[in-house]
Amino acid sequence: MSRRNTVGYLAAFAVIGVTVVPLLFVVLGGFRTTAQINASPAGLPGPFVWDNYREVATSLQFWRLLGNSLLIAVIATTLAVVLGSMAAFALSRYFFRGREGFYTLFTLGLLFPLGVATLPLYLWLRQLNLLENPLGVAIPEAAFSLPVTIVILRPFMNAIPGELEDAALLDGAAKLGFFWRILLPLSRPALITVSVLAFVTSWNFYLLPLLVFSDSTNFTLPLGVAMFQSEHTQDTAKVLAFTALSMIPALTFFVLAERRMVGGLTGSVKG
Amino acid sequence: MMSAAITTRPPTAPVPHAPAAGGTRRRSRLRQRLELAFLLTPALLLFTGFVLVPIGVAAYYSLYSWNGFGPLTDFVGLGNYVEAFSGDVFQSAIGHNLIIATLSIVVQLPLSIGLALLLNRKLRGRTFLRMVVFAPYVLSEAVTAVIWLLMLQPGGFVDEILRGVGLGGLVQLWLADQSLVLYTLFLVITWKYIGFGVILLLAGLQGVPPELREAAALDGATAWQTTRHVVLPLLGPTIRIWVFLSVIGSLQLFDLVWIMTLGGPANASTTMATYLVDHGFKRYEFGFGSAVAVILFIICFLFALLYQRFALRRDTQGALTGVR
Repeated sequence: MSRRNTVGYLAAFAVIGVTVVPLLFVVLGGFRTTAQINASPAGLPGPFVWDNYREVATSLQFWRLLGNSLLIAVIATTLAVVLGSMAAFALSRYFFRGREGFYTLFTLGLLFPLGVATLPLYLWLRQLNLLENPLGVAIPEAAFSLPVTIVILRPFMNAIPGELEDAALLDGAAKLGFFWRILLPLSRPALITVSVLAFVTSWNFYLLPLLVFSDSTNFTLPLGVAMFQSEHTQDTAKVLAFTALSMIPALTFFVLAERRMVGGLTGSVKG
Repeated sequence: MMSAAITTRPPTAPVPHAPAAGGTRRRSRLRQRLELAFLLTPALLLFTGFVLVPIGVAAYYSLYSWNGFGPLTDFVGLGNYVEAFSGDVFQSAIGHNLIIATLSIVVQLPLSIGLALLLNRKLRGRTFLRMVVFAPYVLSEAVTAVIWLLMLQPGGFVDEILRGVGLGGLVQLWLADQSLVLYTLFLVITWKYIGFGVILLLAGLQGVPPELREAAALDGATAWQTTRHVVLPLLGPTIRIWVFLSVIGSLQLFDLVWIMTLGGPANASTTMATYLVDHGFKRYEFGFGSAVAVILFIICFLFALLYQRFALRRDTQGALTGVR
């Protein structure tokens, strides 16, 4: 048993090394000068240089990218979760002809990834005059997050006992009142899961904003990181500092949401 | 991740309500219609307007030779499709996507299973290890691409480490060598996405009852036999979903390639999606680009349908009958 655990720990160290070293390269590289990095790419900072981080953290560009990303992700998540939970409610607690048909229509969207649709979407957005507009990115992202939102929420809402609904209706609540006051609060775990999924998808998305935005003041963080790298090829240290700072929101968010994400995924895979 | 939920069991119907009596029935039906319209219409509009319509529009544009401006006049029928399939670059792009998909299954799957089994053991600092393995998955593709672009530069971090440990002979032009670039990209993809496979498989492992392992151990099975014949079969549904997501992801590969190599050098790492963006946007061949988008869509769609039908079907049935 102890020998097996030794192998386990060795493997664990290898995994940590492969995963963490690139991240450390970025974070520590930001504390060096480009000349030092060029002379010895794998060296450690010494003494620590704070200029790169200070310049990036005080630049308008960085905060504008962050703000743009945040705005778009919040709009996309809100739209997807609000409209998705309304539709999931209709598809789980009402009985009408064509209900399964509507549900199948939404699930079809799962087979149809946003990446594939981008070129036609771009032409469509151009016609709608939504280019260079945050809504031009947020609305399609919400639309493509709807299927997974509905597919996760519907079984969850179905599982809430019908007696609760009956009791609420007997007490004189309207069906929509039941939805708002009882069903939604009870669905909170599933709502958190779908919100995290929609938010992260939007936050990391690269292709659609790449096509929709050509004015760099509208760029989102992923676009900004790539642009910063290609514009500052001679200043590696600053690129590293910029990249390191742009990793912080996603990593923080992940640390906060990790447990819930794994829980939500467990649920969705097991059905 | 998105499509994982396809296998969700069909919902069990809640108990229908007793029909309202007499004259109120018609009014309550009208009321239900209005409520349904209020609840469903916004989602349907959004979904139709930004998911379904663009596809239809693309199929239409794909029949024309069109630079994106002015009216559609130059009808070419299926000419764009013929041109795409007969072009060397697009053919090799399909090949690259298939290589990445195959490598993912052959390399990443065993690696993910191994890591998941490892992280499922009672090691000290297991929670921390899990966090570390997942970390690259939460970074955006853009950040990942920039990190590795810098690390893989000639004479950069990776080269210096290799020289430092006496493996200087392995140093390559990682991203500039036509015969190597695709495999370099695959390593970066593995670094980025391995954590997702591990998350899924860990979730699957939590569904394996410890009694089964104990029973196998009592019957004299070795650790390897238990893993191979008891644990792996029970992971089947999770593995099949991972394969599905992995292949779909490989077919759509874009961000990492675009930022790191733009599909180069000399198209050696072009994928269907980079080809699409290159032609559709960079060269203003919108009719042709639409045809490529439709092809990509059909390939993904066909794969998804066939895979659902032949591989995932069993999982749905298993879920229905309660056998997992």
